[in-house]
Amino acid sequence: MSELNVSVVAVDRSVWVGTAKSIVAKTPEGEIGILPGHEPVLSLLVNGVVRIEPTEGANVAIAVHGGFVAVDSDNVRVLAETAELASDIDLDRAQTALTRVQGVETPEAMAALHRAETRIKAAAAVTSQGLHS
Amino acid sequence: MGAQLRVYRRRIKSVQSTKKITKAMELIASSRFVKAQQRVEASLPYTQELLRAISAAVSHGNNKGALVSEVENRKRAAVILITSDRGLAGAYSSAVIKEGEGLNALLTEAGVTPEHYLVGRKSVGYYKFRERKIANSWTGFTDQPTYEDAKRIAAAVLEAFNTPTAEGGVDEIHLVYTHFVNMAVQEVRVRRILPVEVVELSKEVASEKLDTKVFPLYDFEPSPEEVLAALLPRYVENTIYTSLLLAAASEHAARRRAMKSASDNAEELIRTLARQANQARQAEITQEISEIVGGADALASA
Repeated sequence: MSELNVSVVAVDRSVWVGTAKSIVAKTPEGEIGILPGHEPVLSLLVNGVVRIEPTEGANVAIAVHGGFVAVDSDNVRVLAETAELASDIDLDRAQTALTRVQGVETPEAMAALHRAETRIKAAAAVTSQGLHS
Repeated sequence: MGAQLRVYRRRIKSVQSTKKITKAMELIASSRFVKAQQRVEASLPYTQELLRAISAAVSHGNNKGALVSEVENRKRAAVILITSDRGLAGAYSSAVIKEGEGLNALLTEAGVTPEHYLVGRKSVGYYKFRERKIANSWTGFTDQPTYEDAKRIAAAVLEAFNTPTAEGGVDEIHLVYTHFVNMAVQEVRVRRILPVEVVELSKEVASEKLDTKVFPLYDFEPSPEEVLAALLPRYVENTIYTSLLLAAASEHAARRRAMKSASDNAEELIRTLARQANQARQAEITQEISEIVGGADALASA
């Protein structure tokens, strides 16, 4: 069976590169699931979690902010302003950041709030599936 | 010890301590330069993919939007200059400022008023001294720029770009920065960020060695226009970010070179001074001997 060549790239580094069976990402119009043989798509992503099921090994969750995804002939490229592997996310720090900005209503605080929430979601996505080996 | 000799020794000491400083700065610049270059390389994958996606979106639709199409009657143009915060980097900042002056003259000739957006303390100082109007300026990050910095700059110029010309907005955005070719060669470049030159864009993609001949028939979500509208600000941010990174690498390379020639000069100066000091010392000894001999002669003949 064919597989997807996936690369997740943030502005300042490459976050995850490998082959995968499927990817789930969140677009402004809802979640999009990408399997091998998907038609070419260029779609914006809302801030959220991108989940990858690699050909080998445990699932990967990546918190993505301000990005888009391009799919063509089984090449999937996720580009984002910031992208963090769930396993790299410091849950405690994200929680502290969340409590710190809660209730503040400046645009920066709202952005920080969103970031913290997404991080926590990404971290939770991994732990709930018991993927930490 | 004679007065002349003392003066020479003092000068040698002072040049030696200057050399220590320039040598240290050279080493610091070298290590920072390596880091800056790594950051340039790390940013490449994103740039390539972004350019590819934009080229695909642009070539797809006929509706290009304001960010791509040129304005007939240009009134104002934003000019971003990327210079350094600190000096001691040879002609690094002045070369950018000079190129900026050329661009300003060119724009003025075409009846376009340049609006100055300055990055780095050096250009700000230059414009302030000449009491020119500065539209906006940013300082304090030129040796280690982050994406956040680029976003702030992009937000300011995009706001000016999106304002109608009648209300004081700009029609074009130009960027003057120092492109890093390699350790020995850095060149000042002028590029127009907006409106996007589609031809140039695809040339750029081609130079990144990507297969651009055929773009797959992408399905755009939510719509081609919306994707393009969302991608172009990213493109501006990314262009500014890459330029900042390249400029930082150039700055460190320029500083390294300037400090290296300063150290070499100091060494040369020390060598000359040491020779002169030796000469003075020997002259002094010769003089003393001839005085002693003369004195003994006078005593013997008395």
